[in-house]
Amino acid sequence: MDERVIEVRGLRRSYGDLEALKGIDLHVDRGEVFAMLGPNGAGKTTTAEILEGYRSRTAGDVRVLGFDPAAGERELRRRVGIVLQSTGVDPFLTVLETVQMYAGYYDRPRDADEVIDLVGLAEKRNARVRRLSGGQQRRLDVAIALAGDPEMLFLDEPTTGFDPSARRNAWQIVKDLAALGKTVFLTTHFMDEAQYLADRVAVIARGEIVAEGPPGTLAGREQMQARIHFRMPDEAAPPEALAATRLEDGRWEVRADDPTGPLHELTGWALETGIGLDGLEVLLPTLEDVYLDLTGAQVGAE
Amino acid sequence: MSELRLTVRQVWYTNTAFWRNPASAGFTFAFPLMFLVIFTTLLGNGRAAIPGTTMTVPQSTFYVASMAAFSVITACYTNIAMSVTFQRDAGILKRIRGTPLPSRTYLAGRVLHATLVGIVLVALTAAFGHIAYGATIPAGATLARFVVTLLVGAGSFAAIALAVTSIVPNADAAPAIVNFSIMPLLFLSDVFIPLGRHPAAWVDLLGKVFPVRHFVQAMQAAFLGTPFAWSDVAVVAAWGLGGLVLASRLFSWEPRR
Repeated sequence: MDERVIEVRGLRRSYGDLEALKGIDLHVDRGEVFAMLGPNGAGKTTTAEILEGYRSRTAGDVRVLGFDPAAGERELRRRVGIVLQSTGVDPFLTVLETVQMYAGYYDRPRDADEVIDLVGLAEKRNARVRRLSGGQQRRLDVAIALAGDPEMLFLDEPTTGFDPSARRNAWQIVKDLAALGKTVFLTTHFMDEAQYLADRVAVIARGEIVAEGPPGTLAGREQMQARIHFRMPDEAAPPEALAATRLEDGRWEVRADDPTGPLHELTGWALETGIGLDGLEVLLPTLEDVYLDLTGAQVGAE
Repeated sequence: MSELRLTVRQVWYTNTAFWRNPASAGFTFAFPLMFLVIFTTLLGNGRAAIPGTTMTVPQSTFYVASMAAFSVITACYTNIAMSVTFQRDAGILKRIRGTPLPSRTYLAGRVLHATLVGIVLVALTAAFGHIAYGATIPAGATLARFVVTLLVGAGSFAAIALAVTSIVPNADAAPAIVNFSIMPLLFLSDVFIPLGRHPAAWVDLLGKVFPVRHFVQAMQAAFLGTPFAWSDVAVVAAWGLGGLVLASRLFSWEPRR
């Protein structure tokens, strides 16, 4: 059995009448990269900040490394690194001084220079923090979180506001952390980020987890059907057995759990009859489809 | 690392950052000396009556005592209330809160740094006042009382500042609120303008209730040879304790929304 680093049961959080979290269950095992994926306002940051010990909860059981984060124990803070969405550091200290200052709060810190190298700020080592670009400051955030050599890391929307290349760099850092065996809990509203980085994804919408699993199975056939799209001359119609439907743009669509059979039938029929299938394509459901389906259904249910 | 070492480290980093912001550090240091020169130039020819006594002192040396008190208030009250609010809004405090550094160690580092700045300012003011205006430098038992007054004042005004940050909604509002809370008292507490022998009753009352005039009276005793009362130091300390209690309940580590 894997070691549970995070265990959450029935987590609720209300702000007055507003139920921000409506009973969340989740767990993260040691060494796992876990992504909480959801639109803005879904409850990602609230969940993360409860796990980090910044926020109280209304109900439910929460354990992080065996501790209740609400108790504010120093021992827990020694073992986790936190990258928040918006935190600052003193603008007048240098990168090296900043990382050294934070490293000094821990019993067994990592070497400051090593951490700075890891996040790719070696050239900016002696630059004052106020001279760093936004992306460099974000990397410094990660360096500070790593300074104490934590067992697990919280990354709250680590790439929001990044340009594509900065995003790639940040992803590489997370991959490197995973390779070091760190447990990572990250929140994101980017589907591709969750798909690329996470071992397991929980999709959250309106304070509830609506799907959970490895990105591959989330986007898998048991969740949504594959779609076959094609065009045909107006006078023709596909075999009735395929139950094809006409889309608004004039294309035909066949939905199937497993597209192999219908595709064979369709192409066989086309060859026999000599009717062309223009723009034939098979669309496997992406995480994005699953995500929009899940979170969209939530919107519709309101 | 022991908490004492962590505190000293915090003071060191705070000090490094403090001096790298020359505008801020420069003005903190310039203000008391600038006011000392301005006030003594404009008002320094006569003699100032000390409230509640029959004594008068040269106005120039009166201002050395006043500006020494003002130095401590600037460094420990104004400076802490504003910089801690800024740090809170910039998310620095929230990040610190997520580390194993005890909160009290972080705040102790800032208060200690402000106290050191206050001590240096008082020393500069006294040295300048001694050279330019022949002000007396406290010595012996007076010096010992003066040091106690200085430390109690520095700690108390810093504690009040931490409590005040809890009513400051954001960093933009900090200068207005902090100045509003302290400027009237500086005018009405024998700091900027000598109150004379018989101040108006309501001015007298304000002076007795709030800590500024008590602190100034204790500082005057060191420089001007006016009567010293431990009760003045006690009132300042009581305000400081009140500030500490309020701060420990109301202090916010996250930006207020």
